[in-house]
Amino acid sequence: MIMAILVMAGIGLMLGIVLGWAEVRFRVAEDPLVEKIDKILPQTQCGQCGFPGCRPYAEAIAKHEADINLCPPGGEHGVRQLADLLGVEFKPLGAGKEPKPKSVAVIDENTCIGCTLCIQACPVDAIIGASKQMHTIVANACTGCELCLAPCPVDCIHMEVIHESVGNWKWRYPVFPIHEEAKAA
Amino acid sequence: MTQPIFSFPGGLHPADHKAESNTAAIVPAPLSARYRVPMRQHAGNPAKPLVLPGEHVLKGQAIGCLDGRISATVHAPTSGRVVGVESYPIPHPSGLTDRCVVIESDGRDEAVPASRLDWRNLAPEAVCEELEDMGLVGLGGAVFPSHIKLEPAAGIETLIINGAECEPWITCDDRLMRERAGEIMAGVEIARHLLGAREVLVGIEDNKPEAIAAMRAACAGTGAKVVVVPTKYPSGGAKQLIELLTGLEIPAGKLSTDIGIQVFNVATSYALWRAAELGEALVSRVVTVTGHVARPGNYEVRVGTPIEELLQLAGGELPGATGQLVGGPLMGFDLEDTRAPVTKGVNCIIVTSDALFPPRPRAMPCIRCGQCALACPVRLQPYEMYLYAKAKDLDKAKAYNLADCIECGCCSYVCPSHIPLVDYYRFAKSELLARGREQRAAETARERHEFRSFRLEREKQEKAERLGKKAGERLEAGAVAADDPEAARKKALLEAAIERAKKAKEAAPPPANTDHLSAAQQAEVDAIEARRAQAGTEQTVADKT
Amino acid sequence: MIGSPFVQREQNSVRRTMIEVMIALIPGTLAHAWFFGPGILVSLLVCGFFALFFEGFALLMRGGAFGTMISDGSALVTAWLFALSVPPLAPWWLYAVGILFAILVAKHLYGGLGQNPFNPAMVGYAVLIVSFPNYMTQWPGPAHLVNHLPSLSEAFDLVFAGQGSVSVDAYTMASPLDTVKTLLRAGVAKRDILGNPVFGRLSGTGLEWVALMYLVGGLYLMARRLITWHVPVAFLAAVIVTSAVLQKIDPGHNMGPVFHLFTASAMLGAFFIATDPVSGCGTPRGKLIFAGLAGFLAIVIRSYGGYPDGVAFAVLIMNVAAPFIDAYTQPRVYGHAKGGKVGR
Repeated sequence: MIMAILVMAGIGLMLGIVLGWAEVRFRVAEDPLVEKIDKILPQTQCGQCGFPGCRPYAEAIAKHEADINLCPPGGEHGVRQLADLLGVEFKPLGAGKEPKPKSVAVIDENTCIGCTLCIQACPVDAIIGASKQMHTIVANACTGCELCLAPCPVDCIHMEVIHESVGNWKWRYPVFPIHEEAKAA
Repeated sequence: MTQPIFSFPGGLHPADHKAESNTAAIVPAPLSARYRVPMRQHAGNPAKPLVLPGEHVLKGQAIGCLDGRISATVHAPTSGRVVGVESYPIPHPSGLTDRCVVIESDGRDEAVPASRLDWRNLAPEAVCEELEDMGLVGLGGAVFPSHIKLEPAAGIETLIINGAECEPWITCDDRLMRERAGEIMAGVEIARHLLGAREVLVGIEDNKPEAIAAMRAACAGTGAKVVVVPTKYPSGGAKQLIELLTGLEIPAGKLSTDIGIQVFNVATSYALWRAAELGEALVSRVVTVTGHVARPGNYEVRVGTPIEELLQLAGGELPGATGQLVGGPLMGFDLEDTRAPVTKGVNCIIVTSDALFPPRPRAMPCIRCGQCALACPVRLQPYEMYLYAKAKDLDKAKAYNLADCIECGCCSYVCPSHIPLVDYYRFAKSELLARGREQRAAETARERHEFRSFRLEREKQEKAERLGKKAGERLEAGAVAADDPEAARKKALLEAAIERAKKAKEAAPPPANTDHLSAAQQAEVDAIEARRAQAGTEQTVADKT
Repeated sequence: MIGSPFVQREQNSVRRTMIEVMIALIPGTLAHAWFFGPGILVSLLVCGFFALFFEGFALLMRGGAFGTMISDGSALVTAWLFALSVPPLAPWWLYAVGILFAILVAKHLYGGLGQNPFNPAMVGYAVLIVSFPNYMTQWPGPAHLVNHLPSLSEAFDLVFAGQGSVSVDAYTMASPLDTVKTLLRAGVAKRDILGNPVFGRLSGTGLEWVALMYLVGGLYLMARRLITWHVPVAFLAAVIVTSAVLQKIDPGHNMGPVFHLFTASAMLGAFFIATDPVSGCGTPRGKLIFAGLAGFLAIVIRSYGGYPDGVAFAVLIMNVAAPFIDAYTQPRVYGHAKGGKVGR
């Protein structure tokens, strides 16, 4: 009886030591969760999630204060990645959060009065200009967040959808014409 | 001294259909009334247009200049007036339009004055700089700018000249080798000289005996060796030809130059000769027109010629034609619009018919028969990659070395289930590419946003300091500020309070468990502290915005 | 929109592949009919019918291109392999049950053509031998050893109406593998067993010829490049080595390599069962490991297991391991150094 207890205790102790050692020895230096979430978010800083930027949203998700399906620019793919990372169920994007086609802001340079309000609104400093000077948008840096649209007092900024061109064209997922299927069947 | 021939795994022996077009000599195409010259004819960035509508240009005059390092110059194919810079269909798998300079020919075909390049006596770098303006690109299909490939690189041992032309139907390189072997070899000599290569190997498939004989004759006395390789698709792929001739593989993610090998196509060598010896920019190339046309053959065509005119030149499409392919049947693509112009990359136009190209039967499920793996020249397991590409599991497809796929089409060719395997790989590859682009864009946006937050914070602090100083002075002077002195004073006090709080925090005793640390632990703690300090600044930024 | 290549290999389809496999099975089947009577033709017919019936049922239930899928020939190949593995002249419902498990359970429940993790014919066989062992041992004996081999019409009677005119004892006989197993277990010396007339020159009399014909069919498949050499060579080599070692260890109780090699099921397994690409390994090294272990297990099960034959179970066990083996035997891809000739 005592022998059995000793043996069991010994085994338990040994396994405990091994596990404890492994815990220390093979510890993986992990990015904090917020970093990982932030990496998945598209960094448009658009605030459509209701948070002032991607990182605050990432922090809110990490604290379980926000749902994972609030980011339209990230699209369904983004939600899926978040669901994978956090080990939660996938959710479709919430109502009114359908992703829009990727676009860039364009300033109508004839109407611009040089008020700098849009410059202050741009989360990624993609608008160049100075007070009473005409402004313009650095298309490469623009994330398409639309935050500059509202502040403009003369409504001279509009969004232009990035159309498919030879430069950004992607091969399609192979799809078979329907009539061929019908013929074969 | 016969060159040993190695082999590569897999490959195909499709019906070669070379006889249709390889008997007649190359025919120069007559002048067209209107040329549409795309700015994107090469790998890398499209050229930037240099001309405006209304301008008069001469043959060989640059109309598009380099944009960035990997780009190429584009030249006017004939003399005439620029009538527009517009979007127009180009020969591209997407079938989309792209920017073209439209030139209305004046019929005089006047060329810019040309001068021979003294390539033997000039420094190689200087020669490359000159060639940059000649618009040379790889004419075998990859259309990579040649001036970059000719840049003197350390340790180029072997120069391989690709005359394999393994795709069925195409015979433009075959005819070029038969008719202009001397010029090709003269071009090869220029490339050899620039690269400082020790040996020159010309690889030609054994189904082109006349070309082999002509090239052998041209090689005599030059030290270059013609190596006859067995006919097997895709022996003309650069990686496969290197493997055939040297037995070497290019390590994944590296270039052939990293193992001391550079490869040029025979047509590129010919263009190099024209550029260096005659001072002529690349404005024309030999194109095979074959398939379901009246007079299949090879035509020397200026870049920008509408493909429909080229088809007329070959006697027009025969009744029952179903479309056109650009390039070979294994790696080419379907042409959407025959108004599209010939570009530097167009080596062959095949007019299809149901008899010559029966439509692909309906795809069946994969039965993992392994025929694709047997045919794959790079030893991939295509059926595994297909499984994951089909399921859009891109990471898994990547893990099965999707990136090493050369899209040669061997797997699709042999598949008994008629699965368009390569289409799935192209889809997965371009998705991965786009994903990479997006990730880089997100990274830039994050950095810009963080910098902006940092900048705002800094500005705020500077402002507060200024105000605080002012307020302090005023308090000392006992003067009453004009604009709300109370607020400024409060703010300054607040700032001072925050400052004090920070100082107090820094001066606080350290946590109890930081005594008696080992060196490694101390280093770890330091690293954490550094991170915390950084995160702290970000945190305060986030708090205040 | 489908891109390049715009050409395909001619005369190349799943149906064509299946037809080639069936062509390769003809010599073995005819040899079987020659030595053991035309019963095999009847069971083949019945199995083929049920296979098409269940396949059609499953395809209709699942939707999709019915015409193309039903005519791909895969169900017939499964039926044929199954028919060659089970005794002919058994009641029709036995075949129906086996085929039901092969086609509906092993194939379509897992996603149909190309998706089955287990060899369907072997699943059908395994279900029957576990559930109806008595029927599964009633193999007809060779013509010269039994009283009366049923004719074609008698075979139909036996299959559809049960034992009518011919009694089971008139034509059945313990198969060589059965004989070995039961007599050795009963303590009879191996010497005496081998004197039994059921044994021929190489293996079972008659069966050795069937095995040779399977070999001929298998070589035909290899010549047509439908199977590679890896699986048959590894399987047969493992059979030879394992049985030789076991005979060395215990010559009194274990049969030699020649006997095992020329049993019909070993040849069928090596060329037609273990080569099934769907449930087997795909990489060259994977095929060697898969088939080698299958051959080894087959002999171990024959020698020490409860059932007389072990090929089916060996293949099924290895089917479980196939994806795992594949994952660890991926060939070296061009340009990836791993003891390769990459670089200068």
